[in-house]
Amino acid sequence: MTNEDLLILGLLTPLFAAFGSYCFKNNINVRDSFGVIGGIITFLISLKIFNGLQAEEQYSINLFTLFDGVDFLFNITPLGSIFSLVASSLWILASIYTVGYMRGAGEKNQTRFVIFYSIAIHAALAIAWSGNLLMLFIFYEILTFSTFPLVGHKQDAESQAAGRVYLSILVGTSLVLFLPAIFWVWLETGSLNFTPGGILEGKFPTEYLMFLVAMLVFGIGKAAIMPIHRWLPAAMVAPTPVSALLHAVAVVKAGVFSFLMVVVYIIGPDYLLQSKASNWLVWLSSFTILTASIIAISKDDLKARLAYSTISQLSYIILGAALATTFALKGASFHIITHAAGKITLFFCAGAIYVTAHVKKISELGGLGFKTPMIFFAYILGALSIIGVPPLIGSWSKLFLVIGSLEADFLFVAVLLGISSLLNIYYLLQPVFIAFNKKNIKNINITKAPLTVWPPVITGVGCLFLFFFSNYFLNIINGVVA
Amino acid sequence: MNILLDDAPALVVVLPLIIAAIIAFIPSSRLAWFITIVTLVFHLLLSFELFQSFSSFGTIIYEFGNWPPPWGISFKLDGVNIGLQLLFSAFVLVTSIYSRKIFLSEIDPEDSGKAYSLWLLAIGSLNGIILTNDIFNLFVFLEISALSSISLISLGAGTNRKALLAAFNYLVIGAIGATFYVIGVGFAYAMTGTLNMNDLIIQLSQYSEGQLAIFAGMSFMLIGLMVKSAVFPLHLWLPPAYSYAPSAVSTLFAALATKAILIFFVRILYEVFSIYNGYLEIFLDYILLPLSLIAIFVGTIIAIYQNDIKKLLAYSSIAQIGYITLAFSINDNSGVLAGFVHIFNHALIKGGLFMAVGYLAISLNDRVTLESIEGYGQKYPITSYALLICGLSLIGLPLTNGFISKLYIFQALYSNEMFLTIGLVALSSALAVIYFWKIVEKLFFSSKGYEAKTEDPAIYIPIWIIAISIIYFGIFSSSIIEFSSIASESLILGGSN
Repeated sequence: MTNEDLLILGLLTPLFAAFGSYCFKNNINVRDSFGVIGGIITFLISLKIFNGLQAEEQYSINLFTLFDGVDFLFNITPLGSIFSLVASSLWILASIYTVGYMRGAGEKNQTRFVIFYSIAIHAALAIAWSGNLLMLFIFYEILTFSTFPLVGHKQDAESQAAGRVYLSILVGTSLVLFLPAIFWVWLETGSLNFTPGGILEGKFPTEYLMFLVAMLVFGIGKAAIMPIHRWLPAAMVAPTPVSALLHAVAVVKAGVFSFLMVVVYIIGPDYLLQSKASNWLVWLSSFTILTASIIAISKDDLKARLAYSTISQLSYIILGAALATTFALKGASFHIITHAAGKITLFFCAGAIYVTAHVKKISELGGLGFKTPMIFFAYILGALSIIGVPPLIGSWSKLFLVIGSLEADFLFVAVLLGISSLLNIYYLLQPVFIAFNKKNIKNINITKAPLTVWPPVITGVGCLFLFFFSNYFLNIINGVVA
Repeated sequence: MNILLDDAPALVVVLPLIIAAIIAFIPSSRLAWFITIVTLVFHLLLSFELFQSFSSFGTIIYEFGNWPPPWGISFKLDGVNIGLQLLFSAFVLVTSIYSRKIFLSEIDPEDSGKAYSLWLLAIGSLNGIILTNDIFNLFVFLEISALSSISLISLGAGTNRKALLAAFNYLVIGAIGATFYVIGVGFAYAMTGTLNMNDLIIQLSQYSEGQLAIFAGMSFMLIGLMVKSAVFPLHLWLPPAYSYAPSAVSTLFAALATKAILIFFVRILYEVFSIYNGYLEIFLDYILLPLSLIAIFVGTIIAIYQNDIKKLLAYSSIAQIGYITLAFSINDNSGVLAGFVHIFNHALIKGGLFMAVGYLAISLNDRVTLESIEGYGQKYPITSYALLICGLSLIGLPLTNGFISKLYIFQALYSNEMFLTIGLVALSSALAVIYFWKIVEKLFFSSKGYEAKTEDPAIYIPIWIIAISIIYFGIFSSSIIEFSSIASESLILGGSN
């Protein structure tokens, strides 16, 4: 199989899975197995591509020309291979988890749900592997539209209002800011291709670069930087598998990934660093990190708390991109992996708690830890990883970001990262303390749902395990920065 | 057959006109519709034949009665209009197929047969506007099209009496426009003694300095044409006319009527006026460019505040005509090319939108307002999704043809270093998102739950043909770009030929 075939197969597999689920809508076991099989195939392909890139293989396919200098082009960059690896590996676990959750919680319209889920994964992979900024934009929009039916899945007034906020903010910002920014880049350079070192230097008026950065960071609404963050908590009305895979991994990571791609392959980190066009963004992302953490503390709904935690963590990646030094970019790229692993664990746990005990609020968790120890074991691992405690994988990316901020002479950022970690400890571990507090044990009926328990345990242990294999990722991350 | 082909340029205009006269005597509306469709299929074949002979032999000049110009009337098919001729022919066929059910429900069934007589009259005269090479002959076609349009608009009175007022408005304003135009023709004839376009250019070049009478005459002609093509601020007849006419009529007008006149407008600008570069530049830079920008903003902002969706689309048309004239006001190849690209693309987009809204109108049996279509995305999903595609193209999402238009307009502005204008155009596109989003919100995000109803394939198939071609030309844009670059090159570089 040539590299081109591999790429096409990887992109089509989720669509086949969607189609397969549709064909077997009457046989629910067959229907739901397509997600798992599709996940395994895309994971193996992503892994092969990930390894292939380190062996200097090229993965690119040019289907046709859209207009002058812009082709319908897929071209896998090191950064893209990381994102696709994360999305596809977690898709396997999420598919298993979806089966447990959707049946356990008795959700309706499960076929529609699995189909759009697979299409969303397709869009995420296509974003990861797109060869130019316009391709990225197209699949960015497809991702928005394919996740919209998932957000409004329950079809009641609340989820419809949430879906409206979701779609309006994401589509609105992308059309009003992101697309014009793409036009601007194309007009100045005549190209949109992702090129190592960027394409803007020498062609773009440096004094306006600041505005381009602003149009991009606000236009890519999925990155959820304040004040474009409201859609993320709103989207939490969706069933938990959506929050877990899409709003902790695929959608939000597609946002920060897009911004990183722009910084690394369109603007060029060196050019950005010289021009100081992103210094204001360092302040804004720091503000978002801190504010979102504080809001998270005030939330009693577990999923809402995790949503604000996600907003805060996403800004770590924006911060890394804005600092644009070598270590900061390494940290930002690595944080895509580490935060995905940690946050999906936490969301899986939140959903598992809901299915087994029908509890959504943190204050009602009392004593639950003794009844469902495995869930809270996984939760603790995920939380510690996000806080950045060694030996969990999250400690690497935080370390790099701290070094990166010192490299860029932003001492306050290093201090801020420390404060943020303290806040993380409070709002992520508080539920654990409540759950293991013997004083408020309540009588809660537990229904067993093993399919929702094992996925978080696997990802949680993964957070621990991968700490020792960080070199595997660092090799390719070094390729991003070089 | 050979005779038919030789006379094809005349037939595409004369055939609809003759059949129109015959249809007027046919009592059965079904038969009238059927004859119309057959005529238009034949019309499309002829247009295709013309297109092929243009591709192999170049410009076709057809002399009526073999009287050579400047004495006889002549038609000219060159790079400028050949693409539009083909699009026109294909589009009127699709619209006519669609029109049957609309006419049946929106106008008095007894009149619906006669409506096709007017319908063909409008088609024939608009086609004449596209093809003619004679400035007085253009006036004749303008009048035929105005008369048939006014009658067609007033047929909307079956559902809303305001259609009569709209028709009267158009009658008065259109007559003023035609008068301006014919005064201009008078000046030109007095100075040069010719009415033929090619000859006019040769005669005018004698007055290389230019003369006040010529400038005055040309100005009258341009203003007359601007009234007819609804260039701001001479657009006031358009919104009521589009919104109260039967939906099939709105579709035909919105997609093609103003476009056909705009084609002649640029011909006058770039073929005739290119001799007087100084005057041309003043007109473009100080009149057409600012007016276009104002049109874009005024049209868009008024559209945002509209509640009636056909009116909203009509005001959006004012803005879109603004984009076209903005592109034409850039005096170089890239600008005119962008203008032609947008003429093609906007014809499809706005045609598709009016068709979809028309279907909603007959199923509501009332005005289509933002409130009344609440939740219709669930009730009529097939039509609503076609409307969504056309709307996404209107705001310029990639993979739709509207994106290609925006791209070329931006590129033309950029290569002429009109950065402020780029900013304004970008801002106006952002505003356009607002009015489109209002429709999407009502259609798709409503708490009203409807069961999906069965939709009429005779209506949704034509709509989807348009929607699919919008996506097709968004991905494979090269054919439209080629038409447009042939058009712009023959205007800018080819001069009189």
